[in-house]
Amino acid sequence: MKSAKNNSFELKNKTTLYLTAASAYIIPLILILMLAVLIYESIPALKKFGLIGFMISTTWNPVKNVFGGASAVYGTVVVTSLALIFAAPTAVGIAVFITQICPKQLKSSFSTAIELLASIPSIIYGMWGLFVLAPIMSSHIEPFLQKTLGKLPFVGLVFKGTPIGIDLLTASTILSIMTIPFIASVARDSFELTPKNLIESAYGIGATKWEVIKDIVLPYSKIGVYGGIILGLGRAVGETMAVAFVLGNNHKIVLSLFGTSSTIPTTLANEFTEADSDIYISSLFYLALILFVSSFILLSTAKYFSSRSKK
Amino acid sequence: MTNLKKRKITNIFFLTISTLTAFLGLFWLVMILGDLFIQGASSINWKLFVDDFAPPGFGDGGLRPAFVGQLIIVSTAFIIGIPIGLLGGTFIAEYGRNSKTAKLISTLSDLAGSIPSIVVGTFIYAVIVRTTGHFSAFSGSLALALIMIPVMLKTTENMLNLVPWQLREAAFALGAPYYKVIFQIVYKSASVGLLTGAVLSVARIAGETAPLLFTSLNNTFFSLNITKPMASLTVTIYRYAMGPYNDWHKLAWAGSFVITVFILLATLISRFIVNRRYKN
Repeated sequence: MKSAKNNSFELKNKTTLYLTAASAYIIPLILILMLAVLIYESIPALKKFGLIGFMISTTWNPVKNVFGGASAVYGTVVVTSLALIFAAPTAVGIAVFITQICPKQLKSSFSTAIELLASIPSIIYGMWGLFVLAPIMSSHIEPFLQKTLGKLPFVGLVFKGTPIGIDLLTASTILSIMTIPFIASVARDSFELTPKNLIESAYGIGATKWEVIKDIVLPYSKIGVYGGIILGLGRAVGETMAVAFVLGNNHKIVLSLFGTSSTIPTTLANEFTEADSDIYISSLFYLALILFVSSFILLSTAKYFSSRSKK
Repeated sequence: MTNLKKRKITNIFFLTISTLTAFLGLFWLVMILGDLFIQGASSINWKLFVDDFAPPGFGDGGLRPAFVGQLIIVSTAFIIGIPIGLLGGTFIAEYGRNSKTAKLISTLSDLAGSIPSIVVGTFIYAVIVRTTGHFSAFSGSLALALIMIPVMLKTTENMLNLVPWQLREAAFALGAPYYKVIFQIVYKSASVGLLTGAVLSVARIAGETAPLLFTSLNNTFFSLNITKPMASLTVTIYRYAMGPYNDWHKLAWAGSFVITVFILLATLISRFIVNRRYKN
């Protein structure tokens, strides 16, 4: 009798073990499956346009069924790097403020406020960008940039064209706002890891607050901050809706920041359901594969940095 | 003394810049939410929730199909995603506690949670929509569930790790088998955390648009059939905001207002509960 009960315990325990293990193993399974499916689906495009050939060709012509991803890759690189240039210093500044300057009572509410930026859905950013930010950009900020920086030689080239607000600059501005909370929270966490006695001894020998931040906190948490920036990059690369609203959908490489463009995610969002030929859809899958691999590399690099900074 | 003065000025200069960036972040938050509240709240009325889509130019018309569709798609995702995430997180925190594989899965799960959601959409399109031959609300739910699982898994892992090991040992000492300890002791003492984890996972996916674009697609009519395309709030907002009509823009603002208020409240409340419960 007793052993029968023990057996049923044993059985139930085994069942629970297998059930939970199976659920956990779903994660690597899905990742591998995703990679396999994306590769399989992009084979026709890979065969026709080549692995590298696709990425350096600027033709995107659905009518003639000739596809090259260079314009979308270019758009993605420009929008995300500009976004990071705006976001990284702001986010680090915010993290410095939260950890070093902000009064203790306000610290947690301020952190929450910044993190709320991350929980606003991306479609809201996109819509806000289209209805609110784009008009402001086209009527105030972009003409101002043209009048000042646009007059300079060489630099002026990136401010050419009619400022319509639906362009690379607006898209990167929105993307930078979305990226700020990710970088800020990682930077804040790594600043907090700075040993208190190091900070106290720096104050003890008469350092000012800025000197403590510059010479103690920042060097100590450098790796963590880099990790945060790469994480932000990994997040920004795949952002779809916020950018789709304000980038136009233009498959040409434009030098001017006031030009319309397209990124890999916006191309997918705009054209996936319209793709009418096999080679068209396969090219889109190849773009998705590029996006998957590059974001995976960026995110695992960020993960590696953050695990190193915690040691 | 001039050196000291210089250092003090540099100090004040950089601290001011840091404070300014902090207020810039706050400024964006206030600006976005402010616009959303002003534009959205003024468009909220009873008709929004009870009327179906109207043709453009006819003025009235609501978002009922989108609200109902969103509810169905998200709840289906919840039913699929939460149990898998919960059990997976349980494996990592309990049975696989000290194993390298469990650590690896936990890391991979973090990465999987940050994969661009549009890529998840293309994946589901290739696997489900292609093979069944048509778009369906269910495939949309599946895409959302895939995004949800890593979030739930991570929260479960963290919350179960907070349960003191002695509690399990006490139960073992009474002769309880491990599965009973997990379900009756560990889950019980982590219940608040697990619940907020579930709420946070819903908040994470409720605003997702990209994975729904080519899975659940859209529907101009009211539909309850999850094997057919279905309108969702987010895709409807996208379609309406990009459309040329003023009425549509108003509805898009109203829909955005509702969804953002829901997500922000869910996030804030669950954070508040977790902070209070796990203060020490």
